Amino acid sequence: MSLTRRSAIAAGAALAAAPLSRRARAQAATIKIGVLNDQSGPYTNTGGITSVLCAKQAVEEFAAQKGLNVEVIAADHQNKPDLAVSIARQWFDRDGVDMLLDVPTSSVALALQSVVREKNKVYLNSGAASSALTGEQCSPNFVHWTYDTFMLAKSTGGAMVKAGGDSWYFLTADYAFGKQLQADTSALVKSSGGKVAGASLYPFPGTTDFSSFLVQAQSSGAKVLGLANAGGDTVNSIKQAAEFGINKSMKIAALLMFITDVHALGLDVAGGLNLTESFYWDLNDRTRAFTKRVLPKIPTNYPNMSHAGCYSATLHYLKTVADMGAAEAKKDGVATINRMKAMPVDDDCFGATRIREDGRNMVPSFLFQVKKPSESKKPWDYYNLVASTAGEDAFRPLADGRCPLIKA
Amino acid sequence: MIMIFGIPGPLLFGQLLLGLINGAFYAMLSLGLAVIFGMLNIINFAHGALFMMGAFVSWMLLNYVGIGYFPALILAPLIVGAFGIFLEKTIISRLYKLDHLYGLLLTFGLSLVVEGLFRNAYGSSGMPYRIPDLLQGATNLGFMYMPNYRGWVVLAAFVVCTATWLIIEKTSLGATLRAATENAPMVQAFGVDVPRLITLTYGGGIALAAFAGVLAAPIYSVNPNMGSNFINTVFAVVVIGGMGSILGSIVTGFGLGVVEGLTKVFYPQASATVVFVVMVIVLLTRPRGLFGKAA
Repeated sequence: MSLTRRSAIAAGAALAAAPLSRRARAQAATIKIGVLNDQSGPYTNTGGITSVLCAKQAVEEFAAQKGLNVEVIAADHQNKPDLAVSIARQWFDRDGVDMLLDVPTSSVALALQSVVREKNKVYLNSGAASSALTGEQCSPNFVHWTYDTFMLAKSTGGAMVKAGGDSWYFLTADYAFGKQLQADTSALVKSSGGKVAGASLYPFPGTTDFSSFLVQAQSSGAKVLGLANAGGDTVNSIKQAAEFGINKSMKIAALLMFITDVHALGLDVAGGLNLTESFYWDLNDRTRAFTKRVLPKIPTNYPNMSHAGCYSATLHYLKTVADMGAAEAKKDGVATINRMKAMPVDDDCFGATRIREDGRNMVPSFLFQVKKPSESKKPWDYYNLVASTAGEDAFRPLADGRCPLIKA
Repeated sequence: MIMIFGIPGPLLFGQLLLGLINGAFYAMLSLGLAVIFGMLNIINFAHGALFMMGAFVSWMLLNYVGIGYFPALILAPLIVGAFGIFLEKTIISRLYKLDHLYGLLLTFGLSLVVEGLFRNAYGSSGMPYRIPDLLQGATNLGFMYMPNYRGWVVLAAFVVCTATWLIIEKTSLGATLRAATENAPMVQAFGVDVPRLITLTYGGGIALAAFAGVLAAPIYSVNPNMGSNFINTVFAVVVIGGMGSILGSIVTGFGLGVVEGLTKVFYPQASATVVFVVMVIVLLTRPRGLFGKAA
């Protein structure tokens, strides 16, 4: 191509405009996302660095094409509510963080509600389970993204009761999450005509040997052993239950179990267990596509529902920010959340969903059965789909949650 | 059915037995700590991390080299023991002249580094390790269903603890060791290579921890935090038994396992704390521990 006068002018104009556009971008407000989760303790693999990478994946896919400036930072809350609160305050006051993401461990998640509300920021929780987060402890700055104790109880617990498991013994982690999960499941068991034979509340964290509680469960005569715990505790209790032959005399309901836990147990022990997740990497073409995109970045594991939730929540948040403008979004957390609730949610991980008034994201829930070793054909090929529940039916009805926002 | 304190008899017997099994781990770990403290005057906080390494090495032997459980029971302690010797030679030996506190800080730091490296490489959920086929299954004892593997753990722990105690208390090697603890320059004057003795003692203590780690691998998931879950309780065991007392650590290890097991029946929420309550009571009444010698 020869150099014409017109192309020379165009090139000159482009050269002149380049610094301008760069300046304009620098002036646009930077959106800061803070991922706060367990990066060294029992819940590292259910959240941890993979949650951070999934959030970054969403940023990479969406922010660049919309010209948004987004920064993702992360910290380890060590499952300590007091530490989490001080990190969050520092993030909001000094580092200008706009959105708090992930936050597993219900006791920590609950402690942060008031801080985020006070600072009027955005709080999207994927990792914590307690249904109190959208119940009595709900907040206008909050969305509970991926799952909760009520949905787990209804799906896994409901399936167990339907299959004849009408008497339960609970093995419960003695803190907010375990107690809530036990309460939600007990309510479901009792309302379907079953009974609760007993429960052992064990100290969390720090319990590694469950044999004593397992033997008590066995001698209670109950048909179902309900595990109201998570992460490494669930892995150890299932492993030890198999050792004591409890999997032969009782049915085990792992009320909260992630694919990362199944991987740790191995299929020869976990095979046949029922569990509930709202995401499985091999569920459909969209989930497979997401997994294929994100997998090269993750060092040790496939994404579980909590990781997928971090991606999905970040993506929807960024869509909302692009819609209302970064400056507006930074100013008012409640307004951002309200806009998020008004906009339909759609992504590869959970499909099309909506966020309810009390902050509940109405994702569908899936009941899976863990495959036997002989059925598993490829890496992380662990689940058979047993039943699926539409989002609108999976969660506690709005009226039963006693969320103060709903009365107002 | 016999009732004892409102608890059915069989359940209580079952809990006593389970307590003994947990006590076996406490005993093996606290034994290594007691030996190291007795000979080196080092409060070895890295013990938990090396216990974890024992479990991981046996997992690696199985998954990378195809070496099964029983050879690993010998090999893993040797490998981890050698790593311990390397640590002692290169780092820990520099601190013998300083206050206990420095050794504690150093080994605590080492344990954080080792755990961090493993967490980075393998994540925190842990790795599955199967119970060897020979020890699969369980035996019905009438009052409870006893997994064969757990029975094996108690037996192995008992044999190893007794052997260690015999070596230290009844052999000439043990006598030299004990003499070196009392008066190192004098023993050295008799032509004994004391620094090498100390190095080997440290390696031996670490090998005990690694042995416990291999035993633990099929029961708990092989994960980087498995040592730190144990180590606080084990330190309490050593303090209760009397710092540096071999017999004390063995007896207290088994004893506290039983106490903890019983607490799990009567008030499970307190089961993590009961060991420390016992520790407070012992420290108030017998500051040197149950088996500690007067200074």
